[in-house]
Amino acid sequence: MLTERVTDSTHQFEQSLIRLSEIHYVLRLYVTGTTPQSLRAIMNVKKFCEEYLKGRYELEVIDLYQQPQLAQGEQIIAAPTLIKKLPLPLRRIIGDMSKSERVLVGLDLQKKI
Amino acid sequence: MNMPEEKMRLPKAPTGIQGLDEITSGGLPKGRPTLVCGSAGCGKTLLAMEFLVRGARQYNEPGVFMAFEETENDLIQNVASLGFDLKDLIARKKMVIDFVYIERSEIEETGEYDLEGLFIRLGQAIDSIGAKRVVLDTIESLFSGLPNELILRAELRRLFRWLKEKGVTAIITGERSEGSLTRYGLEEYVSDCVIILDHRSSEQVSSRRLRVVKYRGSSHGTNEYPFLIDEDGISVLPVTSLGLQQIASTQRIPTGIERLDSMLGGAGFFRGSSVLVSGTAGTGKSSLAAHFVAAACQRGEQTLYFSFEESPSQIMRNMHSIGIDLQKWEKKGLLQFQANRPTFTGLEMHLTMMHKAINAFKPKVVIVDPLNSFVMGGNATEVKAMLMRLVDFLKMKEITGLFTNLTAGGGALEQTDIAISSLIDTWLLLRDIEISGERNRGMYILKSRGMAHSNQIREFLITDHGIELRDVYIGSGGVLTGSARLAQEAQEQVAQTIHDQDVERRKLDLERKRKIMEAQITALRFEFEAQEFEAMNIIGQEHAREDHQTQERVDMAQIRKADAKPNRQKGNSK
Repeated sequence: MLTERVTDSTHQFEQSLIRLSEIHYVLRLYVTGTTPQSLRAIMNVKKFCEEYLKGRYELEVIDLYQQPQLAQGEQIIAAPTLIKKLPLPLRRIIGDMSKSERVLVGLDLQKKI
Repeated sequence: MNMPEEKMRLPKAPTGIQGLDEITSGGLPKGRPTLVCGSAGCGKTLLAMEFLVRGARQYNEPGVFMAFEETENDLIQNVASLGFDLKDLIARKKMVIDFVYIERSEIEETGEYDLEGLFIRLGQAIDSIGAKRVVLDTIESLFSGLPNELILRAELRRLFRWLKEKGVTAIITGERSEGSLTRYGLEEYVSDCVIILDHRSSEQVSSRRLRVVKYRGSSHGTNEYPFLIDEDGISVLPVTSLGLQQIASTQRIPTGIERLDSMLGGAGFFRGSSVLVSGTAGTGKSSLAAHFVAAACQRGEQTLYFSFEESPSQIMRNMHSIGIDLQKWEKKGLLQFQANRPTFTGLEMHLTMMHKAINAFKPKVVIVDPLNSFVMGGNATEVKAMLMRLVDFLKMKEITGLFTNLTAGGGALEQTDIAISSLIDTWLLLRDIEISGERNRGMYILKSRGMAHSNQIREFLITDHGIELRDVYIGSGGVLTGSARLAQEAQEQVAQTIHDQDVERRKLDLERKRKIMEAQITALRFEFEAQEFEAMNIIGQEHAREDHQTQERVDMAQIRKADAKPNRQKGNSK
C-alpha cells in the first residue's frame, strides 16, 4: 500500500513536469527608454524565451517613458522589470537579467537553490 | 554679490498645522525635502498627511502621497476620523494617493537595476495634478523589499535631488532607530530640515513631542514641543514662541470679598491678571474661588471652572453651605464646569482641552482648582511649562485666571511645588494659625504686582454667609486669632473701660483745680479793687485839702487888704 502511494506520487510529479513544459507564459518587460540596462534586459529576456519557452510564450516590451501611467497600475518600482503574469504566482524579475540562474528561478524554470 | 533680502530669505511652505508654522517660523523649506522621523505610532504619517491636506485645502497646493506601508483605502479610512475627506480631494484632483506595493517574495533580482520606475510613477502623479507637495511614507520600506542596498542608496540620493529639481516640497518619513535618526540613515540624504517625533510615556501618562533638529538656512525653535492628535488633526504647542506681548489692562475687578478688595488697594484684581491662591488643606481656597466666581457671574461675566478634584455638584453643594449659590449661575449659562481627573489624560491633552473649552465658551474668568493635582512623580517641569502656556494664553485673551494650589503640610508655605509663583501677578496665601489649642485661618497678600496692597494678616472666617475677613490681634501677645482673639478683645475692652474711667477722673480733677484757681483769682481781684479804692480816696482827700488851703490863703489876703496880688500858683510872697 505504501509503495503504491509512492509510485502514485512519482507518477503525478512526472505528469506535472510534462504539463509544466506545456504551460503557456505571459510576460511583460518594462524598460525605460534605450538605456544600456534596458537594452541588455530585452536582449537577455528574448534569449531566455527562445531557449526555454520556445513556442509557448507571449512577451510584450513596454517603454515606461512612452506609457508612464502603466507604472502605477503594474506596481513598477525598479527598471527594468520583467513581470511573469502567467503562470501564477506573479513574479517580478528586476535587473538587467544578466544572472541567468536567477532569471530561471524567477520564471519557475529552476528550483531555488 | 548683493542679493536683495527677498531672495535671501528661504521661501517656506506653510504646513497649516497648528503651532508647527510658529516653531519653524513659516513652515517647511519650500521646494526641498524634509525628513520626519520617529518611532512607530508617533504620528509621522498623520503629520505628513495633514501637510498635504492643509496644503490642498488652504494653500491651493495639490499633493501626492506615496504610501509604501498602507493602502489607499486604509489611509482614507484612517484619516477620516480627523475630518479629512481624502476621497473628495482626490475627486477634485487636489490629491493623488499612490500605494507602492512591494512584496519581497515576488521579486527576483537578476542584475543591475534602477528605480526609474518609481521616478516615472511619481513624476506621472505630480504632473497629473500639478502637485507642489509630495510625501513619501515610508520610503525605507524599499530597503526591506528590494535587494542590493548599494543601488538603493545611490537611487535615493538621485531621488531627493530629483525632487529638489522638480521644486516640490516633500516630506520623507523614516522609522527611528537606536543610535541614528532613521533605520537606514536617510538623514544622510535629506538634510535641509529634520523633524523628530517622539511618543513616550512617563508615570503612565503618555505624551507626544516634536522637535526640529535641523533647519538649514532658517531659525527655528529648538525645544521639544508637545503635540497632540485629536479630531482636528495635529496641534503643536509652542511654549516660547508665544512671546510676552500681552496688553496689560488697568481695569480692576472685585474679588467678591469686600475686605479683600480693600486690601488690594480698594479695587480688587486687575483684569487679565493671574491670581494664585495657595494654602494648606482646608484653608478655604475653593471657597475664595467660589466668591470670585459668584462675583464675576453677578457682573454678568462668563466663568469657566476647571475642577480636577471635585465634581461640579460637589462644589455647588459645598459652596451652598457657605451661602454661595453657584447653581443659579450654571443654570443661567454664565458658569461652566469642566471636571476631569488629572490622570484622565496627558498634560498636553489637558491643556488643549482647556484651550478648546476656553475658545468655545469665551469666558472672562477662568478658575483652575487645584493646579498641583497635575504634579505626579517628577513631571514638575512639564507642569510648569504647561501652566506657563496656560497663563500666557489666558493673558493673551485678557482672561482673569484664578488658580488654587495646595501646599503640602510641612513644606515651605511661600513656595508652590510647581514653582510657578514667578508667573503669577497676585498671590494670596492662606495659612493655618495654631494658637492655644485652636486652628484658625489667616490670609495675607504675598504679592500683588502693580498695585498698592495691604501687608497685614487678616483672619479668614468661613461663615454660613460666606467668607469674612477680620483684623487679627497683633500686639504684645503676638498674632491672635479665633477665641484667643476674642478673649484678648474682651480683655482689652476691660482695660479700655478702666482707662476711660481714669481719664474721666483726671478730667474732673483738673476741672476742680481750675475752679479753685479761678476762685483764688477772683478773691485776689476783689482785694486789689478794695485797696485801689482806698488809695484813690486818700489821693482825693489830699487834693481837696490842698485846694482848701490855697483858698484860705486867698481869703486871708483879701481880709488883710494886701496890695500884692496873690500868687495863686506860688501862694507865698514874703
